[in-house]
Amino acid sequence: MGILDHFNYWMVIVLMMAGLYTVISRGNLIKQVVGLNVFQVSVFVLYISMGKVSGGTAPILGEGITVYSNPLPHVLILTAIVVGVATTALALALVVRIRKAYGSIEEDDILKQENGS
Amino acid sequence: MSLEALVLIAIALPLACIPLLSIAGDRAPNAREAISLSTGGATFLAVAALLDPVNAGARPDMSLFTMLPGLDIRFTVEPLGMLFALVASGLWIVTTVYAIGYMRGHHERNQTRFYICFAVAISSAIGVAFAGNMLTLFLFYEILTLSTFPLVTHHGTDKAKRSGRVYLGILLGTSIGLQLLAILITWVMAGTLDFVEGGILDGRVPDGVAAVLLLLYVFGIGKAALMPFHRWLPAAMVAPTPVSALLHAVAVVKAGVFTVLKVAVYIFGLDLMVRLSTGEALQYLAAFTILAASMIAMTKDNLKARLAYSTISQLSYVILGAMLATPLGVLGGGLHIAMHAFGKITLFFCAGAIMVAAHKTEISEMRGLGRTMPITMGAFLIGALSIIGLPPMGGMWSKWFLGLGALEAGQMFLVGVLMVSSLLNVAYLLPIPLRAFFSPPDRASQQVPTHNGEFEDEDPEREAEDITQEFEEETHGAPDGIREAPLPSLIAIVFVAAGTVVLFLFPEAITGLLAPIAGR
Amino acid sequence: MIATQLPAIQVALPLLAAPLVLILRNGALAWSVAVAVSWLSFAVALALLLRVLDGGTIVYLLGDWAAPWGIEYRIDEVNAFVLVIVTSVAAVVAPYARRSVEAEVSSDRHYLFYTGFLLCLCGLLGIAITGDVFNLFVFLEISSLSSYLLIGLSRDRRALTAAFRYLILGTVGATFYVIGIGLMYMMTGSLNMADLATRLPAVADTTTIHAALAFLTIGLALKAAIFPLHLWLPNAYAHAPSVVTAFLAATATKVSIYVFLRIFLTVFSGASIFESFPLADLLIVVAVLGMFTGSLVAIYQSDVKRALAFSSVAQIGYMILGISLLSTAGVAAGIVHLFNHALMKCALFLALGAVALRIGSARLDQMAGIGREMPWTMAAFTVAGLSLIGVPATVGFVSKWALVMATLEKDHVLLAVLILLSSLLAVIYVWRVVEVAYFRDRPDDAATLSDPPTSMLVPLWIMTGAAVYFGLDGTRVLDVATAAATRLLEGWP
Repeated sequence: MGILDHFNYWMVIVLMMAGLYTVISRGNLIKQVVGLNVFQVSVFVLYISMGKVSGGTAPILGEGITVYSNPLPHVLILTAIVVGVATTALALALVVRIRKAYGSIEEDDILKQENGS
Repeated sequence: MSLEALVLIAIALPLACIPLLSIAGDRAPNAREAISLSTGGATFLAVAALLDPVNAGARPDMSLFTMLPGLDIRFTVEPLGMLFALVASGLWIVTTVYAIGYMRGHHERNQTRFYICFAVAISSAIGVAFAGNMLTLFLFYEILTLSTFPLVTHHGTDKAKRSGRVYLGILLGTSIGLQLLAILITWVMAGTLDFVEGGILDGRVPDGVAAVLLLLYVFGIGKAALMPFHRWLPAAMVAPTPVSALLHAVAVVKAGVFTVLKVAVYIFGLDLMVRLSTGEALQYLAAFTILAASMIAMTKDNLKARLAYSTISQLSYVILGAMLATPLGVLGGGLHIAMHAFGKITLFFCAGAIMVAAHKTEISEMRGLGRTMPITMGAFLIGALSIIGLPPMGGMWSKWFLGLGALEAGQMFLVGVLMVSSLLNVAYLLPIPLRAFFSPPDRASQQVPTHNGEFEDEDPEREAEDITQEFEEETHGAPDGIREAPLPSLIAIVFVAAGTVVLFLFPEAITGLLAPIAGR
Repeated sequence: MIATQLPAIQVALPLLAAPLVLILRNGALAWSVAVAVSWLSFAVALALLLRVLDGGTIVYLLGDWAAPWGIEYRIDEVNAFVLVIVTSVAAVVAPYARRSVEAEVSSDRHYLFYTGFLLCLCGLLGIAITGDVFNLFVFLEISSLSSYLLIGLSRDRRALTAAFRYLILGTVGATFYVIGIGLMYMMTGSLNMADLATRLPAVADTTTIHAALAFLTIGLALKAAIFPLHLWLPNAYAHAPSVVTAFLAATATKVSIYVFLRIFLTVFSGASIFESFPLADLLIVVAVLGMFTGSLVAIYQSDVKRALAFSSVAQIGYMILGISLLSTAGVAAGIVHLFNHALMKCALFLALGAVALRIGSARLDQMAGIGREMPWTMAAFTVAGLSLIGVPATVGFVSKWALVMATLEKDHVLLAVLILLSSLLAVIYVWRVVEVAYFRDRPDDAATLSDPPTSMLVPLWIMTGAAVYFGLDGTRVLDVATAAATRLLEGWP
């Protein structure tokens, strides 16, 4: 039971490692961007999990409700998501330009061309 | 005019002439040289005007601004600095005269850059002389290194560039790696870097630390060319001869030994110096350098290289004087700055004259040269006698006092070293003028190298003949056999050679000036 | 009225100007706006610094929401100084940008360049000014995203891959930072720096905070390009347009180091992390390794821009070394070098920009003999290079002096020796360039060159002149830095 208590956090770690591993190990630029996204999502989950107060509801004033979840982390993560989307967009734009310039999105190919030129 | 203003003028004047020099540039060489000369004259006058007040006990002192918290850019005029500034600025004028003949006669390129860097170098040499604390001295010391670098690499050949690297590497390496460290440690432990009579370290720093500091300072002052940090000086000989003459026989190297003296007298203080164990070790190292450099000098056939090793040897006389830490030793060291300056600049001027007029750089080719260049070779003889330390030349006095200083310190061994060194000087210097006068000319070298068929030799030869003929016609209309250097160079040579004799006759001018620091 | 709103104006000015530039779409107009905004920002930053030096820390509540719930801007000696560094560099670089951008960025993208420039400025200023750790992250990303854009604008296709690599590593770094502050929030429930500083000591000994510390260290080290996490920097600097390199080299890593200082010394001030971890020792080792590796690699580069980029890695080592001594003198030395290095590196990269304008690259073998044809440019390069070596009468000497003093004060004689030795390596990589530019002959078939137009020469010489001026009169900067270091080590009142 103990392990499942922290299920969210375990998932955070799994996602984080999977994302980082993808970023480091893949030579395909798109896959790197995807890895980066997975990595970032793990952080979103982390924040959202910590804002949850057990037994609490959504932080909207209502009758008979005394326990609310903490809304602040959720708001923060909204910002982080926006930043993440912007980063992904920029990354993809760069990949498009790289493909135009090098005709490839594989890191090995690109490196070969750079060293050759 | 206040004395402080004079100090500033002496340092700023050479810098102020730079814009004028660059405007005149290569288009108006006459104007450029006129500017150089008149600035040199004015600078010398400014320095000389300080002499009487300093002799009378005045110590002009001023702070410009605070560079680091608690540390000003500060100038103080004291006897040692006075002497060094006089020598540097005085010989600048002579060298400029000489350079006019040499640079034109030799068809050097980039003459404007040459004169500009020269001006910066002189300004910083005077800055070193008048520095009122170690930080200011270090500042000008480094500017001196950097401003002379373009002069060393003047020719831009691969050899010049390689030598430039050695030059910069050793001088910057020792100054940043060792000297700056020593300065910082001094500042942390003593809380001041001012030059104070009696030193600033005594009583504030344990003797053990002071002993290490002394090593850091003496090795860190690479310009003093104490072995094993002497390699830069022979390397610097690729520079045009006026540079070797003024900078690498006078301004730069003397800035080095001057700094050693300053550190010994005003940072450590003679009382502390005597107690330090490393002081004695450095005496022996200086003695070793004196002898070893002389021996190496003997093996060199290239005249400038021989003179360079001779300089290394002579510089260690001054270091020896400082390390003896006796009043007479310091007096002798200070005196040697001036005496050696005149003697060695004479020799370098002659070497340059021989190069311009006869296109000879190797000693073995100079047999019989006395017949074609009697004045130059005569001056060379006088300079050599002064370096050896024979009367009636000024060099005698400094060796005399250094010997007395060694006796005072009870170092009979070092007295012996000084004597042996004089003999070595005889062995490597005197044969040059003697063979020039008394040996028959070498046949092979006397012939125009047509049968060698080397274009390299042919061209400059013909050019040089044209120039010398030009000068001969307008100057002395000498007989065919005589081919002296251009007139301005000749005047300079005769002047400095005469200077060594004058210094023999009137040493009191300098000993009187230095008397306060020698404590008598 | 305006005076009290200065902190908000500082950030809002470039932020609002950026979309304006985007709408204008005209290169020349965009440039004028960028120049005007940079200089106005500089004036604001100076006013803020004077006010802080005069009357102490300024606290500004954004939208009047009380901290720790609202976001507050908190300006003390430290970040007021950083604001001045960033804005002064921007003010000098912006006029320079016009001609350089025309040469190095294709004409339909000029307005994008100025938009990116203003956004980047806004981000950097925001990082420096804010007193809220999450707000800091947002500004960090604004500046980062715009710098990826700026680097990618170069005509050199390698800039694209460099920007991409920087994006990946930069985002990883920023995300690590977010994880770190998230963990801190879990334990303290606060994101306000001053508030965190009071709450952290109580929970300092928990695994969560230790983990937070680890994430923060790695994340910020990545952003600040501290060795060995500097891999993104050399390519990014080498292939970016010259103006961008000059601007980023002088500001971006500096601001990251400021964050480093702020988090470790202010936020964790009460938590005594330096006592419970060998963090300082670790940083010293890393700094020394960086000093030597960066300089050694720089020596072997054939592209001068790249050599100077590696030199930046070494110079960041000096700053970290000073900071990790954890004494007032040490931290002050780190901050002084932050300022001084900004001056000299900016001057060097501006000089290279002028070279690139004329010969189209900054490759060493193509720079033969340009010293004679571009005298003013190469003279500035030489002076700034001497400063990098640490020759007296330049800012580099003041930095070195302060740094070595700080090490000697702590009796680390070995470190003092290492600092001086590593600075000798700078002699080699600077002198290689000087030698080629002055003492090698220009190929006969090469076109004749000339100095760049005045709009580029003046900024170059302002920076170079400043590098000499503050070298001769180092006291003023050292005083401000010492005040900043004292503030950092004593914490907020």
